[in-house]
Amino acid sequence: MSAVVLARADRVSKRYGAFTAVGAVSMHVGPGEIVGLLGANGAGKTTLIRMLLGLTVPSDGAVSVFGRVPDRTTRGRLGYVPQGLGLWDTLTVAENLAFAAAAFHNHEAPELPPGLQAARNRQVAAIGLGLQRQLAFTIALAHRPELLVLDEPTSGVDPLSRARLWDAVHAQADNGVGVLVTTHYMQEAEQCDRLILMSRGKAVASGTEADIIGDTTALEIDTDSWSETFAVLDRARLPVTLAGTRVRIADTPRDVVERALAGDEVAATIREVPATLEEKMTALDRVATTS
Amino acid sequence: MTRPGSDTDGWGTFGVTIVRGGATALKDVTLAAPRGQVSAVVGGDGAGKTTLLRALVGRILPVSGRISAPPTERCGFMPTGASGVWQDLSVNENFDFVAAAHHLSGGALADRRTDLLEQAGLTGAADRLAGDLSGGMRQKLAFCLAILHRPDLLVLDEPSTGVDPVSRVDLWRLIAKAAAEHTAVVMATTYLDEAERASTCLVLDRGVALAHGAPDKILASTPGTLTSGDAPTGDPELSWRRGRQTRSWHPGPPHPGEQPIGADMEDCVIALTLAEQQAGAA
Repeated sequence: MSAVVLARADRVSKRYGAFTAVGAVSMHVGPGEIVGLLGANGAGKTTLIRMLLGLTVPSDGAVSVFGRVPDRTTRGRLGYVPQGLGLWDTLTVAENLAFAAAAFHNHEAPELPPGLQAARNRQVAAIGLGLQRQLAFTIALAHRPELLVLDEPTSGVDPLSRARLWDAVHAQADNGVGVLVTTHYMQEAEQCDRLILMSRGKAVASGTEADIIGDTTALEIDTDSWSETFAVLDRARLPVTLAGTRVRIADTPRDVVERALAGDEVAATIREVPATLEEKMTALDRVATTS
Repeated sequence: MTRPGSDTDGWGTFGVTIVRGGATALKDVTLAAPRGQVSAVVGGDGAGKTTLLRALVGRILPVSGRISAPPTERCGFMPTGASGVWQDLSVNENFDFVAAAHHLSGGALADRRTDLLEQAGLTGAADRLAGDLSGGMRQKLAFCLAILHRPDLLVLDEPSTGVDPVSRVDLWRLIAKAAAEHTAVVMATTYLDEAERASTCLVLDRGVALAHGAPDKILASTPGTLTSGDAPTGDPELSWRRGRQTRSWHPGPPHPGEQPIGADMEDCVIALTLAEQQAGAA
């Protein structure tokens, strides 16, 4: 890992009255790294991002971006795509670009990518979500940022367009830009070099996807009737779920499942399989909620 | 076009074409919706998912093709976003309102409400305004309202979009439970991992079906040749990144020396979309 750190949080907390939105979280993003921030709503991801952007002042601990307290200068060196994309709906594509260029003291608005050229004089509200997202990316990259902060960049996007957005993110990282990205798509965790899992304001796990899952396993149950098996385990109040026509259960000892099935005389084959990141995350969230 | 239909014929849309505002929104799309199964419709914004679902519940009429569904009162529909929830009513009041529309009352309603609130983890939020709930809780409430009257066909338009991963697990469990209780469930999603967990899956792109069938069959029918390496091996336009690896695809059989890999749903849908684009350009 590079010794240079673009963004750092050091035991940073943010409290609103008695409510702790972020509690003693430490993290960092280095050049060329893609760091994924995952967690349930209310986990503290957006509050952490707002502190890095300089929009919220920490209650405790320290955040630094490019080695200093976040302010307008650091904001000028980072590119940010918020979940709502941050575009002006009533302005045209070209006007949005010119507005952002003026805000970042760029003398010339950047070239539009080919897909957006034909829409340059259309109002942003009328161009569709896919093109809006491309425009938000173009604006975020126009001032050649050293750090990119992306909040749910691919929500609602079709798989090919999503792949193209990730290609663009990887191209930035290959050029040394650090990337901090939040996502609800567990499959996108694989696009990240490192992950930070947040729950109830705390960082509950970090590392690669494989590091985080570790040797956690789930149980997959094959039976003649998945619906009957599902109903039996659901009645036993076990955290049962479905994968195709196989019943799956995480975070539950095998003997508990066997007892529940035996009680209803359900014949089944139980296999231990590696847990998914989603299952691990749900288990960690449950621990954080009950502790 | 016939509706309502009986489930012995099989519910679903069969060769349906829909034109909206002069443009073809769906072209010859078939989606079977059998009882006791979750059928997923997957695609990005503008793929035609909402149009298909609204047609299935009788809110849009096709110009051709056949739709078979139970009578409207036996369908449950959860629209996209939180539009199936009244924000200014409490959770309980939302239940009361929808129950009244379905003529549900008394002990049966009380039991059903208690049961659904508990399954959805909303028992402690029964008196809160729906508008004050988190996104995940609001979606779970919308789901409960759609299924309150125990419909035969449950149609869910992107129930999990914008829902965090932990609430998504709860929601998926509720959906699977509905199917386990013999309901026909059709859901639109942008999450390919959800599509992979459904019994059958319809992949839509700009109103056209790219694939329809069991997820493993769709994977097995991935067109062309897919390889993985450190860099694109052919046309960069036919490559995409998966973390530190790059996938490369071409429409033909493997070239000499190429080591094809099996596709997951992500790779498969991208390959299907690229193949469709090439067919359209040819």
